[in-house]
Amino acid sequence: MAARKSATKKTTSHKGAKSASTSRTTKSAKSPSPEILTDVQVQFYKDMLKIRRFEERAGQLYGMGLIGGFCHLYIGQEAVVVGLQGNVIEADSVITTYRDHGHMLACGMDPKGVMAELTGRVDGYSRGKGGSMHMFSRERGFFGGHGIVGASVPIGTGLAFAHKYNGDGGVNFSYFGDGAANQGQVYESFNMAGLWKLPVIYVIENNKYGMGTSVERASASADLHRRGEAYGIPGKVVDGMDVAEVFKAGQDAVSYVRGGNGPIILEMKTYRYRGHSMSDPAKYRSKEELAKMRTEHDPIDRLRQRLLDQGVLSEDAFKEIDKGIKAEITAAAAYAQQSPEPDASELYTDVLRDVA
Amino acid sequence: MATEILMPALSPTMTEGTLSKWLVKEGDVVSSGDIIAEIETDKATMELEAVDEGTIGKILINEGAEGVEVNEVIALVLDEGEDSAALDVAATAISTVTPEVTSPAEEALPVERPAAVPMAVMDADEPALGETIELTVRESLRDAMAEEMRKDEAVFLMGEEVAEYQGAYKVSQGLLEEFGDKRVIDTPITEQGFAGLGVGAAFGRLKPIVEFMTFNFAMQAIDQIINSAAKTLYMSGGQMGCSIVFRGPNGAASRVGAQHSQCYGAWYSHVPGHKVVAPWSGADAKGLLKAAIRDPNPVIYLENELLYGSKFEVPVSDDYVLPIGKAKIERPGDDVTITAFSIMVGKALKAAEILAAEGISAEVINLRSLRPLDTETIIKSVQKTNRCVSSEEGWPFAGIGSEISALIMETSFDWLDAPVARVTGIDVPMPYAANLEKLAIPQVDDIVAAAKSVC
Repeated sequence: MAARKSATKKTTSHKGAKSASTSRTTKSAKSPSPEILTDVQVQFYKDMLKIRRFEERAGQLYGMGLIGGFCHLYIGQEAVVVGLQGNVIEADSVITTYRDHGHMLACGMDPKGVMAELTGRVDGYSRGKGGSMHMFSRERGFFGGHGIVGASVPIGTGLAFAHKYNGDGGVNFSYFGDGAANQGQVYESFNMAGLWKLPVIYVIENNKYGMGTSVERASASADLHRRGEAYGIPGKVVDGMDVAEVFKAGQDAVSYVRGGNGPIILEMKTYRYRGHSMSDPAKYRSKEELAKMRTEHDPIDRLRQRLLDQGVLSEDAFKEIDKGIKAEITAAAAYAQQSPEPDASELYTDVLRDVA
Repeated sequence: MATEILMPALSPTMTEGTLSKWLVKEGDVVSSGDIIAEIETDKATMELEAVDEGTIGKILINEGAEGVEVNEVIALVLDEGEDSAALDVAATAISTVTPEVTSPAEEALPVERPAAVPMAVMDADEPALGETIELTVRESLRDAMAEEMRKDEAVFLMGEEVAEYQGAYKVSQGLLEEFGDKRVIDTPITEQGFAGLGVGAAFGRLKPIVEFMTFNFAMQAIDQIINSAAKTLYMSGGQMGCSIVFRGPNGAASRVGAQHSQCYGAWYSHVPGHKVVAPWSGADAKGLLKAAIRDPNPVIYLENELLYGSKFEVPVSDDYVLPIGKAKIERPGDDVTITAFSIMVGKALKAAEILAAEGISAEVINLRSLRPLDTETIIKSVQKTNRCVSSEEGWPFAGIGSEISALIMETSFDWLDAPVARVTGIDVPMPYAANLEKLAIPQVDDIVAAAKSVC
């Protein structure tokens, strides 16, 4: 997806580019200049728009009964994962909970494979056996997709443990929500990560509601970025609706964590436009609140306007981009319907690995 | 070609709904994300957003309509540059593909459906002991870990008190000294956290041995063990292997009360996606632990505190590996089969001696592995002896004995001369008082009595 080229003026060398459009860079040198190259910003725009169009289409396929069960859409939160992924290198690992489609696309996973998993088809990333909440791509450094709130955090911390144990220079990006931030195992993880100085970035995507309960109604302290203080883990609040802010915060965080200083917490203030899942009418918040976020803080519209104002792209150029992404997502949706359901024999495979 | 807007399913159970309100009218221009209608589902009133941009060409279902079926066309949208002529052309919404979803009922199951009991399918022979040395179970476990850690840099041990304290039960004695604190790691007392961390490390291609001070405490981590370790290979379509050993003492110790005395054999054996072993002898301990560490899957390794100090002849070879899923006939016999695992094997052997003195020849099977279960050895034995007593420390309801009874009923009904008898722990939380505890735990005499009752 995003060309993970250095967003700073300093050049970086590529290693093992995964595909023309999905390479992850080697270690990005710390740059004093926070300025983000325009082509990187354009890429951010494309990446965010791709997630949004994907999610809208997923919502539609859900409506048609082609996607079953639970389906949690990422619409509104795109800047968080796109901005942070701009700092990811080959050795890194990414893990998140169940609102995971955006993370997969941002990791460079193929929208066709993701959509086909949503429709429960054999060409899905988990051969149709995982679904929306359980998808993985070792090749892209994406370790799920976990359905149990909070459970991905110790696992991400374990991936960070492996990075340190192997000395591979990798960092784990452990994404979770404001709801998960109250789970006990998150603090068990903070403790071990702080104690052992593990290379992990805890990204709290604070979209204000854990399902239907607001942060204020669920948390004794709503300052989630301060949750690591007892473990010596620094935290920072970031405008998660501004992809440039997210990217810069990610740059600083990565530089801190890769420097061997242990974990860091980034609290991303963000917002989901849709309900918690497809069947949530979101009556716990006002229409005005939603409308305000959409009209004044939308990460895609904001970046679009900025690029227009700076004369980077014209309206026509944007139209071309939009058209291309729409076509890609439409193709993914068609693919996800054409792919056959898994063969019945798949029922019994992948339970255990054969002993060598 | 106009784009159709279909009545959406807005919950996993919705089949029809009410189109309560249109928020657009014909001729309105909409773009992606605009709310165009309100739909009442079986659960709530939901907003319907436009996916494609264009002009609302025609509204086909008026607001207020009830019982509108999911996927019925409710409106047509004209793309940029299209005029109303396009409305006459039928078009599908997003593709020309008609999804064909087969209902599960129509679908034939594959021919080779696995048996209800996860069986071990293997030709592996019992490896020869070779040269042996007398060791305690505790030392055998330590040796197994040390040998595998020497062989494979990816293997490491973590848990409470495993390093500087040398193990709460001294199982990891000397490992810190040999392997250093990178590979022998004291954890905080946070089972859920370090079990999950171990799973993540295994996803990162390390081979963790996670020690629980006892399996009672692993209940705090059981979500990570089952939901994260055991299920992820399947949920990932085979991508995400998790080579990890969860080990520690299981079952009743001595006078430690209900929260510290429980057999988890049946609990873990219920779950697909991992293996469960329960060694008895020192050779079992060594051979099965080495197999568990080398296994590419999660293995639940159930030890017994009371056996740690027991001495056995243990193979010296650092390549003594027992195949997981293979039981061992510890004592051959003709009149009754007694199945046992872990500490119950010793009790079953004592019972067999007493029975022999009374003229009853008992065959004692050390199950060693609970999942997969060596059904072949059990079935062959029962078809020879025509009688079976299962023994375990765990509770009776839905226990290992229940599974073995069902297995024998399904496979050897015509061979049985008596119903299968189950010797189990008593169906109560473990009491503290010495006399009551003894009554709650199955004893040698209980096995003898059960065997006599079927002979």
